[in-house]
Amino acid sequence: MNTLMRVTRRSALRLATTVVLGLACHHSTAMADDPPVAKVSIDNFAFTPATLTVKLGTKVTFVNHDDIPHSIVSVPGKFRSKALDTDQSFEYTFATAGDFDYFCGLHPHMKGKIIVTPE
Amino acid sequence: MAHDEHNGVSRRHALECMIWAGTGLVWTMSGGVPTSALLGTAKAADTGFSFLQISDSHVGFDKPANPNALGTLEEAIAKVGALPAKPAFMIHTGDITHLSKDTQFDDAKQVIGRAGLDVHYVPGEHDIIDENHGKAYLDRYGKGTKGDGWYSFDDHGVHFVGLVNVVDLKGGGMGNLGPEQLAWLADDLKAKSASTPVVLFAHIPLWTIAPDWGWGTEDSAQALQLVSRFGSVTILNGHIHQIMQKVEGNVTFHTARSTAFPQPAPGTAPSPGPKLVPAGELRSVLGITDVVYRVGKEPLAITDSTLAG
Repeated sequence: MNTLMRVTRRSALRLATTVVLGLACHHSTAMADDPPVAKVSIDNFAFTPATLTVKLGTKVTFVNHDDIPHSIVSVPGKFRSKALDTDQSFEYTFATAGDFDYFCGLHPHMKGKIIVTPE
Repeated sequence: MAHDEHNGVSRRHALECMIWAGTGLVWTMSGGVPTSALLGTAKAADTGFSFLQISDSHVGFDKPANPNALGTLEEAIAKVGALPAKPAFMIHTGDITHLSKDTQFDDAKQVIGRAGLDVHYVPGEHDIIDENHGKAYLDRYGKGTKGDGWYSFDDHGVHFVGLVNVVDLKGGGMGNLGPEQLAWLADDLKAKSASTPVVLFAHIPLWTIAPDWGWGTEDSAQALQLVSRFGSVTILNGHIHQIMQKVEGNVTFHTARSTAFPQPAPGTAPSPGPKLVPAGELRSVLGITDVVYRVGKEPLAITDSTLAG
């Protein structure tokens, strides 16, 4: 009897949360066009996702979750971050379409790629 | 049993002493013949000299693997000061600091200075990440060096060469010496006789240990070719925060422990980042390295000791 009530309460809470979030999403879409954003995570000496495809004009944030600093260096040198300590991030907005290879300036075996599609 | 020709303890006696003292991890290797030497017993005055290698102090690191890298560096330097035979000088094979910050360089210099020794540095990749791309390191340690900080000096008849292999790294690659430095090295070694013992020191290992982790130097083969004619070559590196050694003909390769934190052995972890060990074990995986040159004995004797000893 109690279990049933608990489940019911939990389901009700879940439903309520979904409704609220749904309203929130709808609300933000209705606002003025924010630039698209995307994220690359650095974990265990790897960029995740290793290849990220984004639309032209996307602002990509690289966040370092390792206990060791990393940096972002593009090939050829279109963009370059300073060294990012744990939880520090670097943002870059891709204003041209194309493929952008990059690697970590401290640990060059770490590689990634951003594919920017036109639109 | 092989008769020990060296002036000092026989191998059996040294091993017995080590068991008695409980030092565990102290061992020596040189050339093709294993020799044992208790740390600090080298009679430097009449048989040669000794110098220290420390590495990867990462001053400023404060994450779980070691919340106080400056503190363990202090312990390492205290250990240097307590050696019965004072080393002629110290070599630091890089990653002096963790983030190339001025305060970190200053703290490192202040603590390392307590050993009262001349110190010869080469930078690690963590030492050249200031906003001015390596100027912070060169401002402090670039005097008398060329290019990105390479140089050589002679001491007690041994030729020492500090190489920089952490600059201009290419995506997907490992360490890099570059053509300018290699040309300089060729010229630097030209006039040296083959009987001159040579010591090369650089941050990233000059042999390939783990390419997937960047543990190697892309163009080291050229450097190794330049020293191949010498009768005794010792290559001292850091970067990997653990001891690895290799002997190839007349060339002895050695990497030192860090004084800050250990890293995993290749293949034992998803990445080469700081390895967490129980607090009580930390000091047993950090350490310093004593290198002894005995005049007339070609391979240098390398002894690693931990901060736990």
